Amino acid sequence: MLTVAALAGVMSLVSEPFASADNIFNVSRNFAFIGLIALGQTAVIATGGIDLSVGSVMGLAGIVTGLVLGSGQPLVLAAAAGLGCALLCGLVNGTLVGYLRLSPFVVTLGMLSIARSLALVVSNNRMIHDFGPDEDLVLALGGGRFLGLANPVWLLLVAALGAAAWFRYSRLARHVLAVGGNEVSTRLAGVPVARVKLTVYVLSSLLAGASAILMIGWLGAVTNALGQGYELRVIASAVIGGANLMGGEGGAFGAVAGAALIELIRNSLLLLGVDPYWQGAFVGGSIIVAMLVERVRRGRGTAG
Amino acid sequence: MLKLRSVGMHFGAVEALVDVDLELGAGEVVGLMGDNGAGKSTLLKIVAGNFAPTSGRVLWDAAEVDLSPLSARELGIEAVYQDLALCDNLSAAANVFLGRELSRRVLGVLPVLDHAAMRRKAAELFAQLGSDTRADDLVRQMSGGQRQAVAIARALLSAPRLMLLDEPTAAISVRQIAEVLDLIRGLRAQGVGILLISHRMSDVFAVAERVVVLRRGRKVADKRTAESSPEEATALITGAIEAA
Repeated sequence: MLTVAALAGVMSLVSEPFASADNIFNVSRNFAFIGLIALGQTAVIATGGIDLSVGSVMGLAGIVTGLVLGSGQPLVLAAAAGLGCALLCGLVNGTLVGYLRLSPFVVTLGMLSIARSLALVVSNNRMIHDFGPDEDLVLALGGGRFLGLANPVWLLLVAALGAAAWFRYSRLARHVLAVGGNEVSTRLAGVPVARVKLTVYVLSSLLAGASAILMIGWLGAVTNALGQGYELRVIASAVIGGANLMGGEGGAFGAVAGAALIELIRNSLLLLGVDPYWQGAFVGGSIIVAMLVERVRRGRGTAG
Repeated sequence: MLKLRSVGMHFGAVEALVDVDLELGAGEVVGLMGDNGAGKSTLLKIVAGNFAPTSGRVLWDAAEVDLSPLSARELGIEAVYQDLALCDNLSAAANVFLGRELSRRVLGVLPVLDHAAMRRKAAELFAQLGSDTRADDLVRQMSGGQRQAVAIARALLSAPRLMLLDEPTAAISVRQIAEVLDLIRGLRAQGVGILLISHRMSDVFAVAERVVVLRRGRKVADKRTAESSPEEATALITGAIEAA
């Protein structure tokens, strides 16, 4: 949080357009899509797992929503179809990781490839920009604004507050952290560990789906490349926000702050005239720096 | 309270326990000793309900029982294992209540964790144990003795009548050992029966009324610690003395 404020402060001094209402509006909207998914990713990481499939699930959910809209169905039905696909991906991930105890890395890496491929199959690699009779509604939902903030930002705020309360007050979230801390002892204490894991993967996928639906409204079109490479930014947000990849730690506001920080870095680089090709290097580097800072903060040199 | 009648256990051809009798009453501390592989852990797992004995009978309050981990718990038997099974990243209170979290309802419907109640109850348990463990501290920051207190407090939550302690003083410092022995004395004062597995002769003789020695699955001694000595127990464990 402090880092975000500091960077924002410096940038508003260095760069004239940074503090403009338009730029802040853009930055906040851009990180809202990522932040929303990072909330789910944080829960997954807190169990000691990881969900690499979120970007592809976004692509699949976006394409399916777009196709159903294009076929003349109302938004409610299209969104349900998109979220249904995301739910299915999450159920597969969660079942394989939770009940069959497969490695989260491998399972979700597989899903990354599967969901992206399914998006290609169902869209036949076409761009979808005809959203049918509800087009205006879709565009307003993802692209509109309310009281000066983009709609996705409002949704992120609500989701983050909900997630923060969830982390603090729900039994399930307590069990999520316990599983990440010591899975064996959590099982011995009678906690249904497999069900806890299933739930976090489903949550992660559903948030990716919801983000995709908002995003196609903002973009006004959907291609099967939607969300490509987003898994890196989402995981980076969660990790920079304090989620520990070894499990057992993570919070809602951290994830949002992490997403904000990454977007700020990207935005700052653009405004400072740095070649956009460098963005990946900075985002990747910031993950590694976040891990290093965490290591130093803990003051121990073990590999965790 | 607990009676084992000629209990035997074999794994295939390996005889882990042969014809073992054991009695343990309320508020009694019995030290269970023996070399590695003598059958201590097998005996503990039978009483905890993890293993069903292949022969003999287990009686609880003079009635024969068929123990499972769940039924043992329901009868009031709680085991605290050597590796302690705590979550380092959670607070002491969170560990005590893991899997049995207390909730309250907000607006009559929404269940939320009742942090205050769990903290209060955990603090009561630590006070009852005479431990300086603080309910809000993370287990990661705790000493071995404090961790032991958390594990025992968790077991105490269900108000057990018999507690099985597996090597509670292994791998902790001398000062913490004294703390753990105090915990055991505190439990005894509350009428909890304790079966204490330990390698450490001095601990057993410090807190146990009776010492039971197993050697190669057979009980070779069961006597009052006041009438025995660490030297005798050592000789019994190694086989230098056949039986006593």
